[in-house]
Amino acid sequence: MSVTNLLYLDGVSVSFDGFRALNGLSLLLAPGEMRAIIGPNGAGKTTMMDVITGRTRPDTGTASFRDEHDLTRLDEPAIARLGIGRKFQKPTVFEQLSVRDNLLLSLKGRRSPFAVLAARRETSEEGGRIDEILAITRLGEHAARAAGALSHGQKQWLEIGMLLGQDPELLLVDEPVAGMTDAETAQTAELLCSINRRHSVIVVEHDMEFVRALGVRVTVLHEGSVLAEGDLASVSQDPRVIEVYLGR
Amino acid sequence: MTGVRTTALACVVASLLLAGLNLLPAGSALHLPDFAVGLAGKYLAYAILAVAVDLVWGFAGILTLGHAAFFALGGYAMGMYLMREIGARGVYGNANLPDFMVFLSWTKLPWYWHGFEHLPFALLMALLVPAVLAGLFGWLAFRSRVSGVYLSIITQALTYALMLAFFRNDMGFGGNNGLTDFKDIAGFDLHARSTRASLLVLSALVLAGALMASRALLGGRFGSLLTAVRDAESRTRFLGYRPDHVKLVVWVFSALVAGAGGALYVTQVGIINPGEFAPAGSIEAVIWVAVGGRGTLSGAVLGAILVNGGKTLLTGLLPELWLYALGLLFILTTLFLPRGLMGLRAGGMRRLSLRLRARSDAGAGAAP
Repeated sequence: MSVTNLLYLDGVSVSFDGFRALNGLSLLLAPGEMRAIIGPNGAGKTTMMDVITGRTRPDTGTASFRDEHDLTRLDEPAIARLGIGRKFQKPTVFEQLSVRDNLLLSLKGRRSPFAVLAARRETSEEGGRIDEILAITRLGEHAARAAGALSHGQKQWLEIGMLLGQDPELLLVDEPVAGMTDAETAQTAELLCSINRRHSVIVVEHDMEFVRALGVRVTVLHEGSVLAEGDLASVSQDPRVIEVYLGR
Repeated sequence: MTGVRTTALACVVASLLLAGLNLLPAGSALHLPDFAVGLAGKYLAYAILAVAVDLVWGFAGILTLGHAAFFALGGYAMGMYLMREIGARGVYGNANLPDFMVFLSWTKLPWYWHGFEHLPFALLMALLVPAVLAGLFGWLAFRSRVSGVYLSIITQALTYALMLAFFRNDMGFGGNNGLTDFKDIAGFDLHARSTRASLLVLSALVLAGALMASRALLGGRFGSLLTAVRDAESRTRFLGYRPDHVKLVVWVFSALVAGAGGALYVTQVGIINPGEFAPAGSIEAVIWVAVGGRGTLSGAVLGAILVNGGKTLLTGLLPELWLYALGLLFILTTLFLPRGLMGLRAGGMRRLSLRLRARSDAGAGAAP
């Protein structure tokens, strides 16, 4: 099976009350690729993620996954089941549940309420997988704590852990290092790079140091469309990018 | 959900005790008068409704203000059986038609009354009709992502609409007067002491069953998923779950429990009329749960029994004050006991353990 494009957005436009959040956006992502998306506030980064995950329907344009699934016709759970996971800008975990139960709910598996009813407690296989994720996200000693009691950075990591549990083909990660210390930022970059060995990743981030640490291809969004694309060094030399970021 | 099993057991033991005391000879000092057995049975039926409300409000975050509708539908199904059971002993002595139909000069039984002469069929309907209505209602509401106060308002509309419909004579459910004047159930005289004692114990058993089934439902992974849906519904969608389906499962189960409560209620109260659909009734059920402690199951039972006990006392002594007292109770609970009486217990335990810890720390000396 050869899939050339994992994700293909073509001419996607979205307007909210006359404001064009996305304006003919096109983007190609190859299987196994990691891509960083940067751009000033209001460039359409989050709206792009909303379109990919089914939260927002585009007015025009197409979005396809593995060249076979039309994402504009599916809703959020259907897209999640196809294998697209999402981490939100503001960490959203299930605060009342323990870290372990958060991960248990995220684990790949059947999603119907009756399947969940039948599943009851975690199996040893699931337990092993959770322990693995706890180790990767350095949350091992917090497993039994309520997720709401974690620090901001730990919640971010838990949410990344939940993405790992979902084991999606494509991960969308929205500003994973917002509010993190430098050390946590560096660790998160490492973590994403290791995740990229098995998954494709799109990461939206403001933090240039972080993007540099990732060392991947960068797409610059501006006013809802692609302004420039390439490695960080060449993109940051682009006069139009400099204009958008430093000008005005 | 601590102590749900204890609560279930306590209800069964208490009902056996009350039934036993009632069966003592009337001269005995410990004899329990018959009316008290009827009251206890009514409270237990209400407690079953409270468990149903707590299931959706406490655990799924759906504030239902129309759950009495499912309770009343269960009640009507049972009432229909009890009406048919009267047979030719009615005022008009018509073996085929209940009195109110004869009075309306109907000549034959409406199609939807067929089958209700059999108790198992009526019991099945007492569960099935509320469940099917809840399924339809929930499917439409949850799929359209109606939630919060909007959903509460439609649940009120649902029960209000049913009330208006059941008030109409040509609906065929006895109109304003409802169904009453029951004689016996499965051949046993409904007014006999032994029948009434058995119904009380049966109510306690059904309540205990509802508690244990709810505990099983909420204890495992499904309970975690439900909490997740309650607290961060949209997040569960991005994990691939369908929160509308999850809520629907609990909603339908809850309606089923409420229907069972309604069926038991009618056998012990002896009447069912459209007043049971009144929106105020559903709101009262929410107050019971709030007073007892939302999201604890045991609290729902406690609240239903205590508030209804208070209602019986106060409406006997100062009937005009009851609604004010109920309103005040709700306000005070919201202000000072947000987690209800069960929260008081949990809070008390925490304070106690803190005090003990402080003491043991002090005992360990000043060394850090």
